[in-house]
Amino acid sequence: MSVIVYIEHWDNKFKKLSFELITYSVKLADMLGTEAIALSIGNVPEQELQKLGKYGIKRILSVDNESITKFDSQVYSRVISEIAAGESAKAIVLANNNAGKSLAPRISVRLQAAIASGVNQLPESVSPFVVNKRVFSGSALARIHLTSEITVITLSQNSFDLVENPAEPVIESANVSLEQLSSKIEIKDIQKQTGKLLLQDAEVVVSGGRGMKTPDNWAPLVELAELLNGATACSRPVSDEGWRPHEEHTGQTGKIISPNLYIAAGISGATQHLAGISSSKYIVAINTDKDAPIFDAAQYGIVGDASKVLPKLVEAVKVMKSS
Amino acid sequence: MNILVCISNVPDTTTKVKFADNNSRLDVSGIQWVINPWDELSLTRALELKEDASSGVQKVSVAHVGPVTSEPTIRKALAIGADDAYRVNTVGSDAYQVAAQLTEVVKKGSFDVILCGIEFCDYNGSNVGGMLAEFLDYPSVSGISELKISDGSILITREIDGGKEMLLVPAPFVGVVQKGIAKEPRIAAMRGIMQARTKPIHLVEPVAVEPLTDIQSFELPAPRAACKFIDPDHPEQLIELLQNEAKII
Ligand SMILES: Cc1cc2nc3c(=O)[nH]c(=O)nc-3n(C[C@H](O)[C@H](O)[C@H](O)COP(=O)(O)OP(=O)(O)OC[C@H]3O[C@@H](n4cnc5c(N)ncnc54)[C@H](O)[C@@H]3O)c2cc1C
Repeated sequence: MSVIVYIEHWDNKFKKLSFELITYSVKLADMLGTEAIALSIGNVPEQELQKLGKYGIKRILSVDNESITKFDSQVYSRVISEIAAGESAKAIVLANNNAGKSLAPRISVRLQAAIASGVNQLPESVSPFVVNKRVFSGSALARIHLTSEITVITLSQNSFDLVENPAEPVIESANVSLEQLSSKIEIKDIQKQTGKLLLQDAEVVVSGGRGMKTPDNWAPLVELAELLNGATACSRPVSDEGWRPHEEHTGQTGKIISPNLYIAAGISGATQHLAGISSSKYIVAINTDKDAPIFDAAQYGIVGDASKVLPKLVEAVKVMKSS
Repeated sequence: MNILVCISNVPDTTTKVKFADNNSRLDVSGIQWVINPWDELSLTRALELKEDASSGVQKVSVAHVGPVTSEPTIRKALAIGADDAYRVNTVGSDAYQVAAQLTEVVKKGSFDVILCGIEFCDYNGSNVGGMLAEFLDYPSVSGISELKISDGSILITREIDGGKEMLLVPAPFVGVVQKGIAKEPRIAAMRGIMQARTKPIHLVEPVAVEPLTDIQSFELPAPRAACKFIDPDHPEQLIELLQNEAKII
């Protein structure tokens, strides 16, 4: 028995999400009375793989196969499934991000394993295997019984606190006996911004809505985000208007994020917007309308004009940082 | 080239969900069912492609797993412009069971591109498309924000962390679409509604597949503590609270 956790890399590096997955899987393995095994695909250097040990993983399998040159869910899911079967995995853990969401359903079918997607906590019990998760765009919680022998779990980012638990992991190179590992998909072009903090990785997010009035009012919002080492986001009408780029749109039809702090300026708090941000740990709302629904979701609120309040917040953060 | 769009019906996005029978199931009374907005956008894009002669798309079909009561959803898709429809005559229970049923539909026809939406308003997650692809052993791509077809070549754009990727995919393939695939969903015109009445809905008998999940109960999330209001003339107090009370900055 084992728990297999697939650890993606970004240009051969891991990030906080990778360590969250390790922490979660080590705890899940404890519940199951077994051990977690990390699985990496690609040529991640040994020194980087060692970093996973800090969070308690004792065994790492590294698949570095020359026919696997790029991400393809069909190929990767075969590799993960074959290794999971070989290690008699009871659970397979992935991130609930682009890669994890495309791999989990394919692994599920290969191994006849039920999926719990986007969970943010350990299962309530492992026998029977029952998880709690948000459903209907976050407006309700469900207790779901996974009836299969094997389960697939995708973990939401920034929902599980890191726990250091240093171990000296053994790194083994693993191979797969599968044929047809080459992808049928051809990459024509990649456009990527490097060095920019991704919205889903940010612990602080400052977001603007239609109440910001014009795109010219964004300067203090952007400055506040920068001062707090955070990222910027927006409501849908703002990106539809072209005031801000589409990648910033959060909500049911945009990105779903769970930062530690979400500051909503001039956002009314429509259910579709809340669906993307309601699992933030703290929500701050700045709105001229004291009855705006966003205040029902917020812990802290300021009833006021965002274009006046934001510059004052910028000043206050500068004072805080200099003291 | 033929396109199949899988459609699900979901509670209208503004529905306040309620539960019945000791919170063991969704209370469907008063729910307005709509085509999942993503599926509607996929259908819109498929129809745009069909209208563009250079795409080589000849036919757009829709597939739905659901009982006869969900036929209005299917008629709506036909009214928007799909040529025909497949309905698997069973109640969808979980993503695995639905994907297994859709597999049978795909095997019955001849489809080059199969589109599923990110199922965001109910409990399935975005799993049906990937599961269907694995049942069929087709390549799949998720997070598709653009789909172009010309002279038999399928070009897609998908979102990756920090950017996007342009891919050439072989047919047949399964695409899971997201924002950007089409601008606005098409609305059925009167003529479309009339024509939809005579368009074929092929009835497909379900295969025996057990779902892998079973929802035990639902619960409404605990309300958050009341919002603490800060004097707008002293926003520095907010920074103080975030630093010392919440301890998050
Ligand atoms: C199927 C569907 C999916 C959707 N998906 C999303 C989604 O993913 N994300 C999303 O955001 N929306 C989504 N929407 C749209 C959503 O319903 C709302 O229309 C949208 O979130 C409103 O954006 P807003 O809060 O910026 O604007 P508004 O609702 O116009 O709110 C503006 C707010 O600013 C306040 N205000 C005005 N002036 C000031 C000022 N000077 N200072 C401070 N506050 C001020 C107002 O009091 C008001 O509360 C979706 C809708 C549908 C139908």
